[in-house]
Amino acid sequence: MNPRFDEIWVYLSTTPLLGLTLTLVAYQAAWWVYKRARFHPAANPVMIAVALLVAVLSLTGTAYQTYFDGAQFVHFLLGPATVALAVPLYAQLPRLRTMLLPLLGALAAGSLTAALSAFGIGALLGASTQSVMSLAPKSVTTPIAMGVAESLGGLPSLTAVLVILTGILGAIGARGLFRLMRIEDHAVRGFATGVAAHGIGTARAFQVSEQCGAFAALAMGLNGLVTALTLPLILPAAMRLFGL
Amino acid sequence: MIGALTLLLVYQLVGEIIARGFGLPVPGPVIGMLLLFLTLVVRGRVDDELRRTAGGLLQHLSLLFVPAGVGVMLHYQRLADEWLPLLAGVVGSTFLAMAVTALVLQALAHRGEGKKEDGQ
Repeated sequence: MNPRFDEIWVYLSTTPLLGLTLTLVAYQAAWWVYKRARFHPAANPVMIAVALLVAVLSLTGTAYQTYFDGAQFVHFLLGPATVALAVPLYAQLPRLRTMLLPLLGALAAGSLTAALSAFGIGALLGASTQSVMSLAPKSVTTPIAMGVAESLGGLPSLTAVLVILTGILGAIGARGLFRLMRIEDHAVRGFATGVAAHGIGTARAFQVSEQCGAFAALAMGLNGLVTALTLPLILPAAMRLFGL
Repeated sequence: MIGALTLLLVYQLVGEIIARGFGLPVPGPVIGMLLLFLTLVVRGRVDDELRRTAGGLLQHLSLLFVPAGVGVMLHYQRLADEWLPLLAGVVGSTFLAMAVTALVLQALAHRGEGKKEDGQ
């Protein structure tokens, strides 16, 4: 390697600029592919951007922590973006009012199914206790899931990865599943996507329609609340059931 | 835009203070979202500026998950050792939860309304 380039690299790899710029460039590339694929769910931009970044970091021998020093500025925006979800939610207020009880019933059923099936499948197939605890909260949005995993004795950073994987899978598979189930209503589609696949599902839902996105955002927020409040109470009983 | 961004951060901050102050297991931004939602319900309208800023942030919500996703690098070993239960758990529970939520909501909503809703 050219020594001058080496010096530049040493300098750049210590500034947050590199991780931040890399994240945005990778996302632009992923978005370009997504657009070229005419927004087909299988060309999920989160998946493509993550794959590109992992490849670049591995090839250059860059540690995740070094990368995250820069990428944390993007990560930080998850907070205000979560607050901003109140705006599309408010736009759906009339529909929310008429559907309040059905929504709460579906939320309770979906939230329990998500956590207990993740826990049960993982435990039955022999995952370690720490992995099972990291798996249980994976259907809720990253910051909540990480907090819940920590309080359960899981690994927050593993949970973050499982959460992202869940979101990507949900965003990719939702359309096929709803077609198979013959569910047309965008409010129902959005709500189910938000319960099962949190923010990445919500991001996808917003690309489908405003109503789909707003109901996904509502579901994501409510499922975050319900999971954070109930999972630490329910899980010890489920653990005894599986003899963990 | 700066005004609306400030508003979002203030709600997030208040959410964090409430979450920490009362020892709630819910993250600050979610409480902030609920508070902002209640504020909008009480005021009965959304400023153009807030609508534009929120729209801008949410349009590329996917981007914000990328840094956490790259954290997969930290867990190669565990993923290699436990890929089957982890993958099966994620795939199974994601689609089960989605199907159950949709079925329950469809059944309850359409019974309540007594007519079929059409998607847009």
